[in-house]
Amino acid sequence: MSAASISNTGATRARKIDLRVIGPLVALAVLILIGVLLNPNFLSYANVTNVLARSAFIGIIAIGMTFVITAGGLDLSVGSMAAFVAGLMIMVMNLLSASMGDSIGVILLGIALALGAGLAAGFINGIMITRAGIEAFILTLGTMGIYRSLITWLADGGTLSLGTGLSEMYRPVYYGGIFGISWPIIVFAALAIIGEIVMRHTAFGRHCAAIGSNEKVARYSSVHVQRVKLATYVLLGLLVGVAVVMYVPRLGSASATTGLLWELEAIAAVIIGGTLLKGGFGRVWGTVVGVLILSLIGNLLNLTDFVSPYLNGAIQGVVIILAVVLQRNTGPAR
Amino acid sequence: MKKTLIAATALTGIFASPLMAETIGVSIPAATHGWAGALNFHAERTIERLEEANPDLDFVLTTTSSPSQQVSDIEDMVATRNIDALVVLPFESEPLTAPIQRVSEGGVWVTVVDRGLAQDGIENLYVAGDNDSFGRTAGTYFAEALDDGAKIVVMRGIASEVDNERVAGFEAALEGSNIEVLAMDHGNWNRDTAFGLMQDYLSRFPEIDAVWAADDDMAVGALAAIDQAGRTGEMIVVGGAGMKEMVARIRDNDATVPVNVTYPPAMISTAIEMTALGITGAAPVSGDLILASELITPENAENFYFEDSPY
Repeated sequence: MSAASISNTGATRARKIDLRVIGPLVALAVLILIGVLLNPNFLSYANVTNVLARSAFIGIIAIGMTFVITAGGLDLSVGSMAAFVAGLMIMVMNLLSASMGDSIGVILLGIALALGAGLAAGFINGIMITRAGIEAFILTLGTMGIYRSLITWLADGGTLSLGTGLSEMYRPVYYGGIFGISWPIIVFAALAIIGEIVMRHTAFGRHCAAIGSNEKVARYSSVHVQRVKLATYVLLGLLVGVAVVMYVPRLGSASATTGLLWELEAIAAVIIGGTLLKGGFGRVWGTVVGVLILSLIGNLLNLTDFVSPYLNGAIQGVVIILAVVLQRNTGPAR
Repeated sequence: MKKTLIAATALTGIFASPLMAETIGVSIPAATHGWAGALNFHAERTIERLEEANPDLDFVLTTTSSPSQQVSDIEDMVATRNIDALVVLPFESEPLTAPIQRVSEGGVWVTVVDRGLAQDGIENLYVAGDNDSFGRTAGTYFAEALDDGAKIVVMRGIASEVDNERVAGFEAALEGSNIEVLAMDHGNWNRDTAFGLMQDYLSRFPEIDAVWAADDDMAVGALAAIDQAGRTGEMIVVGGAGMKEMVARIRDNDATVPVNVTYPPAMISTAIEMTALGITGAAPVSGDLILASELITPENAENFYFEDSPY
C-alpha cells in the first residue's frame, strides 16, 4: 500500500488513475486491430506464436528491469551481458561435449552455467553500485562495453556455434512446447505472473517502490536500502541468464551482434508499460504489454509494404511516444 | 638496438635509404563481425608468411574500431615507424580521405582496400570487391535456375551504399526474367533480425520459391525460420560472402543451399602481397584491381573452404 500512496500524492484521483492504467492496453489493442485489417494471416496460430516467442527474450529481461527501475536504478549492460553469457555457455558446452559426449548432462551444466554467470554478472553490477557508490548509468555503461568486447574477443570477431549434436538435442527448448504453446512463451508468462505478484504483494516489491520514491525516507523506515537495490540487480542478472537459456537453442550461436540494443528495448518496454523512469512506481504486467507493443510494430511492418523499410525506425519511435503520451494525457496535469 | 634503428630511420625523414628494410603498415577495421573477423585472420596469416619468406620486409598491423582511431593509428605509423607503404581499409571514406592523402604526399606508397576514398588519384593501388557483381551473380543464378513465374523474397543488409549497389545489381540481373520479387526488407546482416523477418515472410506469403539473403549470417537465420515452419524443401536459400558452414553445405549437395556468392575477405591478402611486390620494385602493380564475385557451386566448393578461418 505504501507504494501506491507514494506514487499518487492525491488519493482522490481514482477515476483518472483508471484511465492511466489502460493507456498501454489501448495502444496494444489499436495495433492488433491494425494488424487484423492489414493482413489476414496476422492472427494465425503461426504468427501469434512467432511474435510471442520472439518477445520472450526481451520480455524476461524487461521483467527484471522493471524492478531495477522501480527502485530508482538502471542497467544498460543487459544486452551485452546476454551476448557474453551466451558465448560463454556455448564455449563451455562445446568443451564439455568433447569429454562427456553430446548428452543431457552437458545441456544441464550449460544451463546451470548460464544462470550462474548471469547471477554473478548481476551481482558485480549491484555490488559496485551499492558498495562502491558508482552511478548506475556510468557503471553499467562501463560493463556494457566490457561484455561486448569480451564476446567479440571470445568469438575472435566471428560467431560461436554450438556443435551440431548438442544443437539438435537442445533445440526443443525453443521450438518445442506443450499443448501447442512453445517453451519460451510458457516461461515468459510464468515469470511475468510471478513478477507481478512479487511487485504487488511482497515486502520486496514495496521496498523497491519505496526506495525509488525516496531513498532517505525508505532508510529511515528501516528498509535495507543497499540490500534491496543489490537484490534487484542480481535478479535482473539471473533473468538475463534465463533469457540466454531460451535464446541459445534458437540459432545455436552467439556473436558480437547478439543482444544488440536489447537494453534499450527492455527499458523502453518498461516505460511504455507505465513504470516511472525516475523510480517509485512499477508494474510488471504493463512491462509485458510494452514488450508486446514493441514486437508487434516490427511484425506489422514486416507483414506489409505500408511504409518504406527505411522508415521502420520512425514508425517505432512514433508508436513508443504515442503509447506514453496516452498515459500522460490523463495524468495529474489535466 | 631495434629502437635506436627506428629512431635513426625517423631522423633521415621520409625518403628512406633503399638499403633499409621496407616497412609496410596495415590498418584495418577491428573484428566486430564475421566478415571483418575473417579479414583479420587473412591479414595476420599473410603478414606471417611474407615476413618469413622475406626478412627485408617489416609489418605494422593495427585494427581500429572508429574512423578517428584509424586516423591516429596511421599518423603514428608514419611518425614512429616511418612506413614505406600503407595498406588501408578505410573505416569510412570521407574522414579518412585527407589523412591518407597527406601520407601519400609524404612519398609513402598507398594501397586502398575495398572502401574507396572520397577523392580520386590518391592511392597507388586499389583492391576491392565488386558489390554490383555480388548482386548480379545471385540475380543471374535465380534467372537461370528458377522456373518462369517463380516468387522470391529478399533480405537486404544495413541500409548503406554497399547494400544499394548489391540490390541494384541483383535487380538488373532479374530484369526481363519472369521472376516476381514479393518483398524486400532489411535483415541488417544479422542472424536474429533475419530469423524474425523470415518468420514474417513465411506468415505473409503462402508460396515462396527462393530467398536471397544477401549475406550468410542472414541465410543462417532464414534457414532456421524455414525449418521451424516445416517448409524446408519448398524453397532455396542463396546467401553470400562464403561463410564456411554454407560452403560446406554446398559441397555436401544440400538441396536447400545450392550455391553461394563470394565477397572474399581474403582480398586483404591480395592487397598486402601486391603492395610488397610494388615497393620492392619486383613488378608493376599500380592501378585498380576489382575482384569479381564468383559463384560457389558443389563442383568448386572445395576451393572456397578454409577450415581454420573464423568465418
